[in-house]
Amino acid sequence: MDALRRAATRQDFAAVLQKAAVRFGSLTALHDISLEIEQGAFWTILGPSGCGKSTMLRLISDLVPAAKGDVTILGKTTKAARLAREFAFVFQDATLLPWRTALRNVELPLEIGRRKGVDIPTGDRSPRELLALVGLHGREDALPHELSGGMRQRVAIARALVCQPKLMLMDEPFGALDEMTRDRLNMQLLSIWEETGVTILFVTHSIPEAVFLGQRVLMMKSDPGRIMEVVKVELPAPREIEIRDTREFTAYTAYLRQLLEAA
Amino acid sequence: MAGLEGTVSMNRRSKGQVPQLGRVISSAVPFGTAIGLLLVWEVGVRLFQVPSYIAPAPSDVGQVMGEEWPLLMRNFWPTFLESVLGFVFGNSAAILIAVAFVHSRTVEKAFFPIAVFINTIPILAIAPILVLIFGAGLTAKVVIAALICFFPTLVNMVRGLQAVSPQTFELARILSASNAEIFWKIRLPSSLPFLFSALKIAATTCVIGAIVGEWVGADIGLGALIIDSTFNFRSSLLYATVFLSSGLSVMLFAMVITAEKLIVRW
Repeated sequence: MDALRRAATRQDFAAVLQKAAVRFGSLTALHDISLEIEQGAFWTILGPSGCGKSTMLRLISDLVPAAKGDVTILGKTTKAARLAREFAFVFQDATLLPWRTALRNVELPLEIGRRKGVDIPTGDRSPRELLALVGLHGREDALPHELSGGMRQRVAIARALVCQPKLMLMDEPFGALDEMTRDRLNMQLLSIWEETGVTILFVTHSIPEAVFLGQRVLMMKSDPGRIMEVVKVELPAPREIEIRDTREFTAYTAYLRQLLEAA
Repeated sequence: MAGLEGTVSMNRRSKGQVPQLGRVISSAVPFGTAIGLLLVWEVGVRLFQVPSYIAPAPSDVGQVMGEEWPLLMRNFWPTFLESVLGFVFGNSAAILIAVAFVHSRTVEKAFFPIAVFINTIPILAIAPILVLIFGAGLTAKVVIAALICFFPTLVNMVRGLQAVSPQTFELARILSASNAEIFWKIRLPSSLPFLFSALKIAATTCVIGAIVGEWVGADIGLGALIIDSTFNFRSSLLYATVFLSSGLSVMLFAMVITAEKLIVRW
């Protein structure tokens, strides 16, 4: 009965990690991670290099197995969630196929990974509509090399949304972009998040970015990678870029900087 | 804003004019150089009265090319056929073996050293062996032309099939792609630029292979005509044949480049 109730509550969460650990040989990359990420939330993950931020996303997305503990996505195992396209991944590099146009890149998830008995969900929005949503209307037939770095990353986001995932895992997606492009994409990502209701887990190196985007900032520690603190960001929504100049905002960044130095 | 548009349109206008002139110049330079060298050759031969069996003047070569055109064409087509068939078979074999290598480390470990060994045998040394095995007909020349194409394509194709970033593989895994999907939708397209750089090499070397095969034993083909005209001191015909051989290579090379432009657009 207790197990049943726990399973029921788990479905309400986009992702639940219970005492999860990841090992690469003798190296412990992640140690004793327990988290509950509610549906529709926006979490950002900060931490020193090598603290396992990316590994955490890879654990949730079934790219690396858990050595210990348990990970569920909407109550499913990570593998079942992967087959059902419950989550999507956005990499630091846009990872577009260079021979496909922007539109055909967005369509890729609809073309591959078909299995008997498992339907690939097609979202409410068509690939074309998604490209318009990320502001690339009119560039459907452009090849990736004809697009700027920011545009390529927006194609990657449209591709991630094409199966209407419940959870979007983003691994430093704007890390390689210049600051102005990054600011613009941050604003755009927030409006996409509000419009689609997708849960977002967002790894970044930038403290202002983490505070600006996240409802919660997860600070991690290294050797072995573990959770240091979860900071709830209580800034008003919708957030505009100017919020960064407010005292509340800088109070958060100052606090997180202290944490990061201690990590 | 108006000023900005002004510069943009000015750029466009200058782009429209200068490249036209630039294109004329850039094609005039190599043409002019070639014509200049031919003139120097012509004048040199006449000035020093070099006997035509040692070095014929370009005008003599041109004249022979006109007079003996039917003979040259009779020998051109067999060599063309051998080269093209060798190109097709050699590259197809290389592509298939590269696919096998990429899918099985064991197969690669077992056969790659043999491929390297075959590549180290000079083509001139192995040609007589192949003519002994396959006889003086078409087959031996095709095999020699295929052999000479094989190795560069194998090496490039293996590299091309492996030129997929780890992140792309992670993307494929998140999309639960099957091995067949990874091959057809990711590996194969990303190998194409590598394949075409190998095919450009093969387009010229397959002609060399066919001609070497004809040297060893043939009574028709550009290679046979080269041997024949050399022994009969028909130097003008020899030169004409050599030019035609290089023309064949250039033609195949141009075909590969055209195909590349149509297929590899990224």
